[in-house]
Amino acid sequence: MRYEAPRSLKSAVALMAGARGSAHILAGGTDLLVRMRSGYAEPDLIVDIKHIDGMKSVVAEKGGWRIGAAVSGAEIGEHKGLCRAWPGVVEAANLIGSTQIQGRATMTGNLCNASPAADSVPALVAAGATVRIAGPKGRRDVAVEKVPTGPGKTSLKKGEIIASVFLPKRPARSGDAYLRFTPRSEMDIAVVGVGVSLSVNTKGVCTAARVALGAVAPTVLLVEPAARALVGTTLDETALEALAAACSKACRPIDDKRGTVEYRIRVAGVLARRAALIAYERAGGRK
Amino acid sequence: MTRIHVSTTVNGDATEFLCEPDETLLDVLRERLGLTGTKEGCGTGDCGACSVTIDGRLVCSCLVLAAEVAGCEVATIEGMADGDRLHPLQQKFLDHAALQCGICTPGFLVAAKALLDRNPDPTETEVRYWLAGNLCRCTGYDKIVRAVMDAAKEMRRA
Repeated sequence: MRYEAPRSLKSAVALMAGARGSAHILAGGTDLLVRMRSGYAEPDLIVDIKHIDGMKSVVAEKGGWRIGAAVSGAEIGEHKGLCRAWPGVVEAANLIGSTQIQGRATMTGNLCNASPAADSVPALVAAGATVRIAGPKGRRDVAVEKVPTGPGKTSLKKGEIIASVFLPKRPARSGDAYLRFTPRSEMDIAVVGVGVSLSVNTKGVCTAARVALGAVAPTVLLVEPAARALVGTTLDETALEALAAACSKACRPIDDKRGTVEYRIRVAGVLARRAALIAYERAGGRK
Repeated sequence: MTRIHVSTTVNGDATEFLCEPDETLLDVLRERLGLTGTKEGCGTGDCGACSVTIDGRLVCSCLVLAAEVAGCEVATIEGMADGDRLHPLQQKFLDHAALQCGICTPGFLVAAKALLDRNPDPTETEVRYWLAGNLCRCTGYDKIVRAVMDAAKEMRRA
């Protein structure tokens, strides 16, 4: 195995594109090293991206925030601007693992690991986040929900690297929230995760919404009917019922040791209601 | 495999070592540098026995490649006492009998120190959440939490 720590994105892309055998990006390493130890990954090349400019920084851009691919969960949680602008994304990122894991784990890694239960991903999808991908053919920006294609699989092509996540500017009176259900309060993997981001007008009427579900399908789900259930309402009981029903209907979960199909379907609706109300309150709506 | 030459700082001392590209920081600390205070529990980042700090940030050394720490400041349990004088956390762990078999103790101490360095006055809930990634199968955690709270109190007085 070869370990490389290039100083530029261009060299990182060249290394990944030219690699024979299996090549892996290393940022926080909290998934990669576990997979290496268990024998699921046997890299011929590891490209550590932490020495590349911009990978460890959070910068304001066009009223939004650009988060480098190697920014850790702890750094996200300590960033006041991000906590103010996107509290739901921050709480989702900070739910991943322990303090020790937070010291290394990244949102981009969470996305590229492509677990259906990834905590930060539904929050990013609800936020309308995009990723900037660098590759042999140049640069492209892609919606977060287009990255995972199945458990452990992404749409990234050979030589492509996600360099950053971009959280867009949002209107005044907007809020987001992420909730997950786990049997334990800490150090656990989501049975269901729900991200909600919404905006309200001065009367508290929801003007825009995005709702995303995790751990209930092979990939994260952006549930448009769930968002439509909220828009035009003040999140009254009828709207919340419709939201829960739309979320439950969208679920295509599996039975496993963490939860059954029936349980996940039901919990998705319950959590969506709660997350929507938190987002609504953060946006400055009533309740 | 070609070995990698790494220059780093461990507990304040400039340190150099040669390692394999896939060797973890934990293995280098224990096998090459003789710093066996850092323990291996699970090897997969679940138990926290291998906790160290890198540039002040608490991590599991089993989930770090040794090659990654070039130019960084690594702190391990061996750097915690000041010569023969125990750190207040170490003393309080003894006073409260916050250990039995002791395998998890270095990790708990390093993790607790990282907490108190950033938050000298944590609530019990904050202590419990911060230490959720450190597993202890002997004590039931209560004595550990009490020792950390007591050490924090003493350090605030000092």
